[in-house]
Amino acid sequence: MSEIRTEPVTINLGPQHPSTHGVFRLRVTFDGEVVVDAEPVLGYLHRGSEKLAEGRTYVQCVTLTDRMDYLASMSNNLAYVSAIEKLAHIEVPERAQYIRVISVELQRIASHLMATGFLLNDLGALATPLMYCFRERERILDLFEMLCGARITLSYMRPGGVFQDAPEDFWPALDTFLRDMPGYIDELEGLITGNEIVLTRTRDVGILTDEMAINSSITGPMLRATGVEWDLRRANPYEIYESLDFDVPIGAIGDTFDRYLVRVQEMRESLRIIKQCVQRIPNGSVRTETPYFIRPPLGDVYSAIESPKGELGFYVVSDGGISPYRWHVRAPSFINLTVLRDMLIGWKMSDLIVIFGSIDIVLGEVDR
Amino acid sequence: MEIPLIGSLDFLSVQSLISSFFPDWMAYLIAGVLLSFMVINAMVISTALYTWFERRVIGRFHSRLGPNRWGPFGLFQPLADVVKLMTKEDTVPESADRMVFNVAPVILLTSTLLVVSVIPFGDNTFLGRLNVGAIFIIGITSVNTIAILAAGWASRNKYAMLGAMRGVAMLVSYEVPMALGITGVVLMVGSLSLYDIVLLQEIPFWIVQPMGFLVFMAAASAEMSRTPFDQIEAESELGAGYHTEYSGMKFAIFQLAEFMAPVVTAIVATVLFFGGDRGWDPVPGQIWFISKVFLIIFLLLWVRATWPRLRIDQIMAFAWKGLFLMSLINIFAVSLEIILLQDPVTGLLEPNDLWVMSAINWVITIATIACMVKIFGKRKWDRPMPKKSPLANMYAEGD
Repeated sequence: MSEIRTEPVTINLGPQHPSTHGVFRLRVTFDGEVVVDAEPVLGYLHRGSEKLAEGRTYVQCVTLTDRMDYLASMSNNLAYVSAIEKLAHIEVPERAQYIRVISVELQRIASHLMATGFLLNDLGALATPLMYCFRERERILDLFEMLCGARITLSYMRPGGVFQDAPEDFWPALDTFLRDMPGYIDELEGLITGNEIVLTRTRDVGILTDEMAINSSITGPMLRATGVEWDLRRANPYEIYESLDFDVPIGAIGDTFDRYLVRVQEMRESLRIIKQCVQRIPNGSVRTETPYFIRPPLGDVYSAIESPKGELGFYVVSDGGISPYRWHVRAPSFINLTVLRDMLIGWKMSDLIVIFGSIDIVLGEVDR
Repeated sequence: MEIPLIGSLDFLSVQSLISSFFPDWMAYLIAGVLLSFMVINAMVISTALYTWFERRVIGRFHSRLGPNRWGPFGLFQPLADVVKLMTKEDTVPESADRMVFNVAPVILLTSTLLVVSVIPFGDNTFLGRLNVGAIFIIGITSVNTIAILAAGWASRNKYAMLGAMRGVAMLVSYEVPMALGITGVVLMVGSLSLYDIVLLQEIPFWIVQPMGFLVFMAAASAEMSRTPFDQIEAESELGAGYHTEYSGMKFAIFQLAEFMAPVVTAIVATVLFFGGDRGWDPVPGQIWFISKVFLIIFLLLWVRATWPRLRIDQIMAFAWKGLFLMSLINIFAVSLEIILLQDPVTGLLEPNDLWVMSAINWVITIATIACMVKIFGKRKWDRPMPKKSPLANMYAEGD
């Protein structure tokens, strides 16, 4: 019997594809169903945020950060304003810090809900878990609407605090949410964590070793899933995280299922953090008076926070003027993508989608 | 002369009725056209109703409403869909194989429709009491494999080709357990005629042989490529699978055939395992039939809305290591019971024998599934405990 001649086939996954979470393009070479090569092609959502920032004042730049990781605007805002505060030596009132931590942790829950929902969608679950995740996220967006009037692009934070105090009815609404949310997470876990098909599809799939993760400078839940205990909220505490009591969940082997588990546990930890903040929050002002045009002294600063996706850092250079001389973002989505090729090779087409989904990227942040 | 009701219509009676007015050849023609018209319209209308049902039910599963704008409870939504699809431009890719490209949807729809012609909705089927009904179903449902491969191949699109290739591998594999699942029923009845199968179901066969029922339902949901087996058009992976390049009316025909598949599957399952139109008076048999069909459809939708998709190699493993084995065990058990229990003279099974068989078969089913889970299923929580990697320590003091 003569051998059948086969040849690898190259497929363009994206930029328009239901599972690329935006306009991500992946040139994949398949041998049958098995991935032999993968090459990410980026830049379809490039809006030149970093250049745009150079023409804006320091406060105006806050709106640019909203549009990077649009599933976690609060975290982006915080990362940016804390960089400016460090650069211009602006003090932040304690109440503002508490409100910031509450809103950032709410945002973390919302972002992880989206990551989990879309991972299940990529697994082919016909949007049912996704819809449940959306339902819970809706509650968080309602809370954000109370805080600042916006739901997605929030622009809530300013250098020196937040732009307004939380309204009276925010606190009871937050209490109700904190009471309901553990039940929602239990429900979600009950549907997903023990599901035989989810386990067969995600366990031992797309393993990332701790060594490879550190060498590629992976951060966030992806890094923690490999077993590396690294969380900037602990390793380099900002705001009031030093005084809060929470655990840093880690995974066992760094497969897709671990990444999912770490995210679910982080949601629970975030709830713990918010509860503590609600109990301890002091009264007082929420914003330090800053000049209309902030003019930081000559110099540069790098400041990073633990965003839902990983270490989100801002590098800002000031020439003493009213707008930044250079504005650079260390985007976790972008850097977490760098290991994609190594994780994909040898897996099947269906695994490709799942592994890619478990990285949890937002294209707005990847391309900026 | 008594006018036959729907359900007791068949080709020969219609033809003999007409041949008293027309010459023979014309009577054949008219009867044929009349019955095809009835089958096609009945199926298309019930499929339209089913699409509405599916979207509403899945909507509830998603904790949303589903279509509710046009008509009472959104019942006219299928009409709106049809208008939208018919007014769309019908494009054919430049490098497509035009002939095959155009024929593929027709083949798929025809093979799905033909199954209905042998189903006994009442006392009779459209084609008369066809004595090889079960074989006809098995044979005709395998034609859709050709249609899917043709569509994928003729489109000259890599996604379509990938979907079609997966589809062929999967459909061919799942035909085996499906045929073996039907075999269990045929063995008990001793006839391939669907009419006899209904007639002898004193106890619905899903009670008598639960394993055969499970195997049949799993294989059938793979045959119509529903989650967890929807590899052919894995939405999140391939976009649309084999019908990526289709648009307009051809796409509508694919969708029609695809949505008709669950209805047809539910109808076949009703006949084979739920006793067809059997029920209790005074409710007429047709009502029983339809309510059983919708019950099965609801179960299929439940599965569809709940589970994620399996990978292609896992699906094949499930077919050959799981379902194939289960159906063989089922056939073996059923044949053994028949030999032991049947009346030595007439060769028939009494209702009492059926109850004995059900008791034995339930025990066998539970034992088999438990054993297979033990042997093939990986242990769920067999995972290493998380341990801290030594490569980084965030509590270390800085320099």
